[in-house]
Amino acid sequence: MANQRSGDFISNLGRIYTYYTGGFFGFVILLAILEQLGVPNKWIGYGFVFLTIGVYAVIGILARTSEVGEYYVAGRKVPSFYNGMATGADWMSGASFVGMAGTLFLLGYDGLAFVLGWTGGYVLVAILIAPFLRKFGAYTVPDFFAERYGGNFARILAVIVLISCSFTYVVAQIFATGLIASRFLDMDFTVAVYAGLVGILLCSMLGGMKAVTWTQVAQYIVLIVAYLLPIIILSAKKFGIPLPQLTYGMALQEIASLEASMVQKGLANAATLKPHTKPFTTYDPLNYFALILCLMVGTASLPHILMRYFTTPSVRDARSSVAWSLFFIFLLYFSAPAYAAFAKLEVYSLINAGTQLANLPAWIFTYGKLGLVKVCGADAGTVDAVIAACGKIANHGGLLRLQDLNINTDVIVLSTPEIAGMPYVIAGLVAAGGLAAALSTADGLLLAIANALSHDIYYKMINPNAPARMRLIVSRILLFFVAVLAAYVASTRPADILSMVAWAFSIAAAGIFPALTLGVWWKRATTQGAITGMILGYGVCVYYLVGTRYFAVSFHEMWFWLGAATDAQLTRYNELYSAWQAASGTAKDAAWRALNTHAQTIASWFGVRNISAALFGLPFGFVGIWLVSLFTPAPSREVQDMVERTRTPAGEMIMQEKDAGAGSH
Amino acid sequence: MSGSEPGRYWQRTSRLMWTMMAIWVVFSFVVHFFASTLNSIVILGFPLGFYMAAQGSLIVFVVMLFMFARKQDSIDHEEGVAED
Repeated sequence: MANQRSGDFISNLGRIYTYYTGGFFGFVILLAILEQLGVPNKWIGYGFVFLTIGVYAVIGILARTSEVGEYYVAGRKVPSFYNGMATGADWMSGASFVGMAGTLFLLGYDGLAFVLGWTGGYVLVAILIAPFLRKFGAYTVPDFFAERYGGNFARILAVIVLISCSFTYVVAQIFATGLIASRFLDMDFTVAVYAGLVGILLCSMLGGMKAVTWTQVAQYIVLIVAYLLPIIILSAKKFGIPLPQLTYGMALQEIASLEASMVQKGLANAATLKPHTKPFTTYDPLNYFALILCLMVGTASLPHILMRYFTTPSVRDARSSVAWSLFFIFLLYFSAPAYAAFAKLEVYSLINAGTQLANLPAWIFTYGKLGLVKVCGADAGTVDAVIAACGKIANHGGLLRLQDLNINTDVIVLSTPEIAGMPYVIAGLVAAGGLAAALSTADGLLLAIANALSHDIYYKMINPNAPARMRLIVSRILLFFVAVLAAYVASTRPADILSMVAWAFSIAAAGIFPALTLGVWWKRATTQGAITGMILGYGVCVYYLVGTRYFAVSFHEMWFWLGAATDAQLTRYNELYSAWQAASGTAKDAAWRALNTHAQTIASWFGVRNISAALFGLPFGFVGIWLVSLFTPAPSREVQDMVERTRTPAGEMIMQEKDAGAGSH
Repeated sequence: MSGSEPGRYWQRTSRLMWTMMAIWVVFSFVVHFFASTLNSIVILGFPLGFYMAAQGSLIVFVVMLFMFARKQDSIDHEEGVAED
């Protein structure tokens, strides 16, 4: 009976999601009409947020399940096209949606390392990993490690890496929901965080992977419409063609001439202006390419992404599903540079026109009040505050200059509708899109963490005889507690944890990628080799991350001979060091802080930035597996046969769940 | 596995993998080594070096994955190891 129903659902997917998309557009139009009729903005905003979250919750509840196979891998029935959409939503986080265009705005060409890194990784997923994991038939990524590398030690290591890279990430997602809701709806931040928590739990707790899949598809549709609509309108307005990805070439040309003109008029500083399309103004080539590599390999190692490919009906579908995933992700990432260019054109035109501080446009103050736009170093809350701050700068002519303006990366996407003078309904739509992006990623991450705890730790290690019902109860309880813990941490606004999110990619890359790929592509990889490689890769990576960030002075003292600091930086370091040694009392603390802050900028190996730590972790991981495998006896006949079967699409999955369909009543 | 030499499936699969990885390396890294030089060519307002990182490489990635899925599928069929 249950199968009958889900079969109907799968065969009607096209119709269901077409109605859903149509309904969503209808809803946007309805709100636009209400706005014209004078309904206050606040109600439009609430309408967007609560209706969309309500729809996700309904999908989550309708997709509840009592089957283990549906809970963990959505019954392996998700067609590749829809799995692609779900992966898109799973992948694109609140930060991608809200912050990506802003990063490109600030960094210009160098920001494209993120665009490349977060798309090219899917090539590795499709070719090296996903089809084989699908054939393997595991429920979680650590499951594969345990089966291929002889037991629970490898499993535990994989669980540790999984939790290290996923937990900070999920905290950041819940933080983002709080931020978006509090900015758009004037909700209290903490209330917004817990409202987000409820939304996340409703979507994931009852139906596990099955529910998360179908809500993620719905969330993808909302987020992509919300991301593209404003720039399509903008492009049509400015250049007469509604294809922003094509027309922003013209914007790039205008930006280049504005850059020259601003410098000429003295409204920008030639030394600090970064020409938008010029490479390597922020990162040197080593760091640019290291970042691309780490983001790509990290993408191919993040468990919440890999587990999406467990849900397709076949190995063939797993491959085409990665292609669809990348296509749906591509739609957002190849539009982000257009967002950045249009926003930059707007801002540079404003500056180039010679705008008096008293005549700054309203959006500067809207976001200045929130501390997201600074002029002359102070929050641009009011005209008076701006004039007072700029008055303190010698020879300030009273006109806004490029170097006076400091825009937070989140502002670009959030403010584009307002800057371009669009109705509020578009701003509400963008908020709903940002929430969809953050919620969908949070769902996927929470499920990855909770499944590792319930399936790998509880079922496989603590109670292998647990009946299906018990396993599902434990899964849900763990999911609930992990979610509440993440929401609690997010509600404390932990600056440290949020800055650690970028670490997730390097940690996942160094800890998981070598053992995962060699496990499939090299039969000779042994248990001892994999364990050595995982510990070395993860260890080196975490050592570099933590050392350069939290123990910068000792790191520098130990490794200065491998660093890339200039003579001037080293001299400065020695001065600060002597000053710290000479200081006493309270001055000692201040001297230490100055020393530590400076040390953080120079503590490195070869000048590689902290975010690309996997550049060191990866070689240690690969070489560790390779060397130790060569010096240990080859894997058993059974393991080699298993690898052989993993490589062959035909035939049964390697891991057969004895009670995958049990408990379905 | 009728009509197929043992090991040939994996040989062909590996060869496809290395081809794909080579394309991946070119469009992830090699092309962008020359970003500054390529930027002197401007098409529809886009400096080419910028364009390759913002769109060109991405389009290559998407297209190559659909081609990979097709090619690997035909290898599966020819070597008699396809599902169903």
